[in-house]
Amino acid sequence: MSDIITVNNLYKIFGDKPQKAIEALNKGRSKDQILRELKQIVGVQDINFSVREGEIFVLMGLSGSGKSTLQRLVNRLHEPTSGEIIIKGTDIVKLNQKELREFRRNNFCGMVFQNFAILPHRTVLGNVEFGLELQGVDKEKRQEKARKIIKLVGLDGNEDNYPSQLSGGMQQRVGLARGLAVDADILLMDEAFSALDPLIRRQMQDELLELQSRMKKTILFVTHDLDEAFRLGDRIAIMKDGRIVQIGTAEEIISRPADDYVKTFVEDMDRSAVLTAGTIMLPVKEQAFTGDGPRTILRKIRRFGLSGILLTDSKRHLKGYIKAKELAEYVEKNRKKENLEMDKSLIHEAASVERDMPLNEVINVYQEADFGPIAVIDDQQRLAGVIVRGAIIAALSEGYEIEPKNGEPVQISRDDEKLANEEKSANEEKSGDEKKSRDENKPE
Amino acid sequence: MFPFRIPIRDWISDGVDYLVSEYAAVFDAFSALVYFLVDNFKDGMMALHPLILIVIIAGITWRMAGWRVAIFAVLGLLLSENIGLWQAFVETLALVLTAELLVMVVGLPLGVLAARKDGFHSFIRPILDFMQTMPAFVYLIPAVMFFGLGLVPGVVATFVFALPPLIRLTNLGIRQVPRELVEAADAFGATGSQKLFKVQIPVAMPTIMAGVNQSIMLGLSMVVIAAMIGAGGLGEDVLRGIQRLQVGQGFEAGLVVVIMAIILDRITAGLTEKKPAN
Repeated sequence: MSDIITVNNLYKIFGDKPQKAIEALNKGRSKDQILRELKQIVGVQDINFSVREGEIFVLMGLSGSGKSTLQRLVNRLHEPTSGEIIIKGTDIVKLNQKELREFRRNNFCGMVFQNFAILPHRTVLGNVEFGLELQGVDKEKRQEKARKIIKLVGLDGNEDNYPSQLSGGMQQRVGLARGLAVDADILLMDEAFSALDPLIRRQMQDELLELQSRMKKTILFVTHDLDEAFRLGDRIAIMKDGRIVQIGTAEEIISRPADDYVKTFVEDMDRSAVLTAGTIMLPVKEQAFTGDGPRTILRKIRRFGLSGILLTDSKRHLKGYIKAKELAEYVEKNRKKENLEMDKSLIHEAASVERDMPLNEVINVYQEADFGPIAVIDDQQRLAGVIVRGAIIAALSEGYEIEPKNGEPVQISRDDEKLANEEKSANEEKSGDEKKSRDENKPE
Repeated sequence: MFPFRIPIRDWISDGVDYLVSEYAAVFDAFSALVYFLVDNFKDGMMALHPLILIVIIAGITWRMAGWRVAIFAVLGLLLSENIGLWQAFVETLALVLTAELLVMVVGLPLGVLAARKDGFHSFIRPILDFMQTMPAFVYLIPAVMFFGLGLVPGVVATFVFALPPLIRLTNLGIRQVPRELVEAADAFGATGSQKLFKVQIPVAMPTIMAGVNQSIMLGLSMVVIAAMIGAGGLGEDVLRGIQRLQVGQGFEAGLVVVIMAIILDRITAGLTEKKPAN
């Protein structure tokens, strides 16, 4: 995925002395000081980011953080004070009015607004074809396209209704359809779902994701709602006082907040809905292969003092779970046999989750599993890691940071460790393992 | 108190004299246009049998304001015919329509301009205030000076009097178009005229129509006053009633003015409130 929008050193000052305000900013003055001393309003300052083609990029912040201003700078509804906005290789700051209009027509799917901003005097069809009409597409063609999009957003049958006859959710579908009808890549959405009631909002978010998976537009989405940002955004930029304080995926932001501001922001977040199995999984220390004999496997188990081991084939496809105790008994019983074969009854079905499964679902799987760690598999069904209970608890308690990418062990405070150990021993009792003192699959 | 007097009256008189003598051709052409419009309206309506015209007006009323007002219109118009004021009614209607036509031709563009250019807006606002607060009778004097007595100065005075509300409300209507609607059009790359004709004017239409309604009502009141300078129509009957102290005759003419006012008001109010479909 290549960058479709790149913003460099962008500033927007509202007022009559913008250059003075920028100088003051560079000297380290705050937004409030500049407002008080120079009577200039800092819209956005020192903005650098890029949006990749086909992603949903969310600008998140409280009111006054400059998120809507930044969005309106991207299509130059606001004139930037300084900086570059490069879209598909063109610095749109340098375009004259006529070129800018032309550029907007060809590259932007318009905007979707909080209060819908659909035309009250036009029917649904008339609204959806609006963008195409401005482009000068002839009537038959644009209406055909509009009808197709109306169907896509689930408004078929309402073509000839007026906006006043529609509910809020339906009106916003019209707004969305109006944008999607245009053959362009970039869709701007400004608090698009914020005026809808929670249930409808949720539904619209799902539908947007559904549509996006088919249409593959590049969406710049502004919201003040962290849940929404995390649900929709492939990447999220968190803004404060006209600045971007952190850019990253939901997981990156929640597990490694850039500063205290972001930290307090994400504190109330339901971490279990954002963190995924992939974030908290640990590398597999040892695994059994289908070709291994029972004695080899037992050796592997004993070397790490495990209570069991995951079994995969040579392509790392998950095949099952072998309990240490059962295997030990089996080997003991057949100790005189040479070339001992693996007994199928020893292989239990392993509990597994997909890498991007949210933590709250992982917990359910964990609860249902009777034994062993949970295997995490990637999108090619290969074993990618394991989850132990301690990791789940650590991830859910906000105070502890998780370092998922390099496979470092999860930091667990003493209390949590105790808790984790207690639960672990409870687990071991259930599976009848006597080696209580030994750590399960948990790395030291 | 002062040893001198500021000669406003001389300036105005001299100015008017100058204009009348230098631009006679312009005034003549304008007169001709007004005559042409008024005569055509009047002759057109008089050519029809009163009953046919009543049916037409009732039909329009029905469509714009519902059957109750339509029944009122039929009864009121039949009454006007019955008491012998039909011709006066038609003459007054022709004057009002002519004046309103001119008001729209001039007022709409000025209103749009005022909405789009803040400079023009602050320039025209005090002028509109002046026009609206100046007593209605005062307009009759310059109108007479430019165009003499008769129908044309009547239309001109009416025009001047009825113009401000349309400019004001057109300006207001366009300024009140939600910012997001204009941004939406901009975001799609709309040109200035696309924005104006596809978004701003249609969305402002109810307010603009309220302006049309206001200016028609003001125009009607002025047309009656304009009878003092010989504009004719119902105002003439009212004036005669005053001059001869014929209370009954004056009342009859006044009643017909009221009937016309109600019909015109309901029709144009219907335009304001009329929502698409529904």
